[in-house]
Amino acid sequence: MHFLFNFDNTHLSTYHSEGHSGQYYTLPPTHIQKLFPYGLPPRFQLQIKTFNEGCVMVRPPALELISYLKRADYSKPPLRYVLYGDIGTGKTMSLCHALHYCYSQGWLIVHVPDAHLWVKNCKELLPSSSRPSRFDQPIQASQWLKNFKITNERFLSKLKTTQRYVWTKRESTEKGQPLGELIDQGVNRMKSSSDVVGAVLRELRLQAGGATEGEGAFKLAVAVDGVNALWGKTSLKKEDRTMPEELTLIHNLRKMMKNNWSGGAILTALSQTGSVFKPRSAYLPSELLGEEGFDNMEPFVPVSVSNYNEKEFESCYLYYLDRNWLQHPHSRSEEGKKELIFLSNKNPSILERLCAFL
Amino acid sequence: MWICECGILQDVSLQCAKGCDVVFASCLSACRRANMAASGCRGVRSILWKYGSYGNNLFVSRSKMVPQLPLRQIYVASSLWKKNLAAAGPQKFTQEFIDKQVEEFEVGKRHLANMMGEDPETFTQEDIDRSIAYLFPSGLFEKRARPVMKHPEEIFPKQTAIQWDAEGRPFHFLFYTGKQSYYSLLHDVYEKILAIERHQDKMRNKGLFTSDTKQILLTGSRWLLKEEIEENLVENISVQDYMRLIQLMELLLSMPYCSLEEEFILKFRKQLEVQSSKYEIPALQYDPQGVAFSVADGRRKSAKASITLRDSGSGNITINGRNYLHYFPVLQNREQLMFPLLFVGMMGRFDIEGSVEGSGHSAQAGALRLAISRALLSFVSEGEVEKMRQAGLLTADPRIRERKKPGQEGARKKFTWKKR
Repeated sequence: MHFLFNFDNTHLSTYHSEGHSGQYYTLPPTHIQKLFPYGLPPRFQLQIKTFNEGCVMVRPPALELISYLKRADYSKPPLRYVLYGDIGTGKTMSLCHALHYCYSQGWLIVHVPDAHLWVKNCKELLPSSSRPSRFDQPIQASQWLKNFKITNERFLSKLKTTQRYVWTKRESTEKGQPLGELIDQGVNRMKSSSDVVGAVLRELRLQAGGATEGEGAFKLAVAVDGVNALWGKTSLKKEDRTMPEELTLIHNLRKMMKNNWSGGAILTALSQTGSVFKPRSAYLPSELLGEEGFDNMEPFVPVSVSNYNEKEFESCYLYYLDRNWLQHPHSRSEEGKKELIFLSNKNPSILERLCAFL
Repeated sequence: MWICECGILQDVSLQCAKGCDVVFASCLSACRRANMAASGCRGVRSILWKYGSYGNNLFVSRSKMVPQLPLRQIYVASSLWKKNLAAAGPQKFTQEFIDKQVEEFEVGKRHLANMMGEDPETFTQEDIDRSIAYLFPSGLFEKRARPVMKHPEEIFPKQTAIQWDAEGRPFHFLFYTGKQSYYSLLHDVYEKILAIERHQDKMRNKGLFTSDTKQILLTGSRWLLKEEIEENLVENISVQDYMRLIQLMELLLSMPYCSLEEEFILKFRKQLEVQSSKYEIPALQYDPQGVAFSVADGRRKSAKASITLRDSGSGNITINGRNYLHYFPVLQNREQLMFPLLFVGMMGRFDIEGSVEGSGHSAQAGALRLAISRALLSFVSEGEVEKMRQAGLLTADPRIRERKKPGQEGARKKFTWKKR
């Protein structure tokens, strides 16, 4: 089973189909820099640095997602896709694969690499400037705005604000300003960055499907990894050590999840590894999302991700062999392969960790 | 009237409560104190020993009569009177005593048979052991401390009888070597060597000498150990003596016609049991579908595991209802599970379904590994069983948590040592 290397990758994602399942394709480096500054899983980023290229395996869940995206009707409210599965089976990678497809199609990407980061370990928690009972996270918000700017450069000048936003007594953004200015405002002024995020999301929602003229038309892809964080408990605390009632970023994201807009798709993936207060054995949507989350997300299209099957395992093994990643001579023999199968039970992340020290 | 050791005639009879030799001791000290310079004390003991049987009435006339001294009560420490038990050596039993014990044992055996309602004539040692274990149930952990009824030969250590006759002449001609049975054994072996050589010469004379005669089979047996030979000879031999004996036996074996003395030589060889025959292999059962499976248990450090190994599977393992990847996130534990299958080479062939409880994750992994190895015994050939045993897959790990002792923090750790 050989894997294929393609050097012109720009349109390859469109041509991925069932027959390509199990084969690797390379992500072009420019795309990686633009699209995924912080989007990819950390271990995969290390692998990119080591191998000097990012190779992703084409797998059935990602293919399924891409086929849905191809056939969806974008004049209707967006469909919600939820990738779920056991730990380490490749949910984030499949999400990134689908997102790359969207990017290569020219969509506008709203990518939250890990919603859990907004729910725990925040250094600063300020009371919101606009509303009294809400709390802001300026660092996370400004970080996200910077990433958004890098990803969607070409759209920033085209889109215009539809409404006047007042940040403080002295600062405000007028109607009709390009979106880029809004974002700069948020990056420069940390205090109001969370509100800026909310404003940006609102603008995108309003303009996503509405524009029918060729210039301003775009499709919106909202990708959230670790979506179960939005409806779970926070581990953040206020200064007097009580739980905050509401967080701005989370609130805005939740609004985004509702399908009251049109012209795009919502791709999400569940994640147990970063989640707070959830047992390790939970992996189904009902368990991880909780009742509230489940009600909010319904109806959604579940896509299950599982361990490698025989063919995929072969392919991964050959890829590592080809890159001289498996140094130990025993790992190149048949028995070594059987041992690897047993020890990792064909789980992608465990296999990767295992091969890392061979 | 008693005579003290100095030859002084005593009017008053001095006797201690026990009537033992205290008389002489106290008298001696009294006499010593009284006349130090007098020559009377020396050598008197020997005279007294010789005339010991004459007791009361003898009156030893001496050239120098020591004047009678006033008697004084002298007190001596009681440790002088106690017998030095260590100096006496192992307890000696007379032959009559041992014979009496043997009689009692036989009678007791018949009584026991009657008590248990069995036939006294065909009551074997195993039956005796069984009955004693039934009548006197003991919870003691040390098996040797439990009540036992065995033939006196096995209980009392073998002792040498008196080896000289009434006149003091030894019976055995090698008595004065000190290790008479050992040297007589060497003597016998050499006799046999000479006999074989004579036989060889005879065959040569007849012209029937051949080198390839029947050889004695020595595989599966070993020479008796030094301790065992000491036990047989009832005397101590040194390491060099033992090696000399073994050398002589090897010399005997190297001769062509040694099969003549086969019986003699085999007395000094001990059969080794084949270790792998000790393991009981779990029976191979069959499913309604015809799939073979076997069930086995394993234990390690208070963790108990029980598994079912099914044939014609694809290598999935379920433990306590969960996948082994979830149950054992640590790589080391999964390697432990893998080892028996990898060793035998049947990695993708079986499906394993197991349940385990108790102790920690490493101990559970070890228990499962033992259970898997045991279950594999029924799918594997004899030679493989021996290999597995040598690899240590079938040995139950005896290490258990050590007890905490009083006066210490833990099993080994002591409290802080303060110099003063």
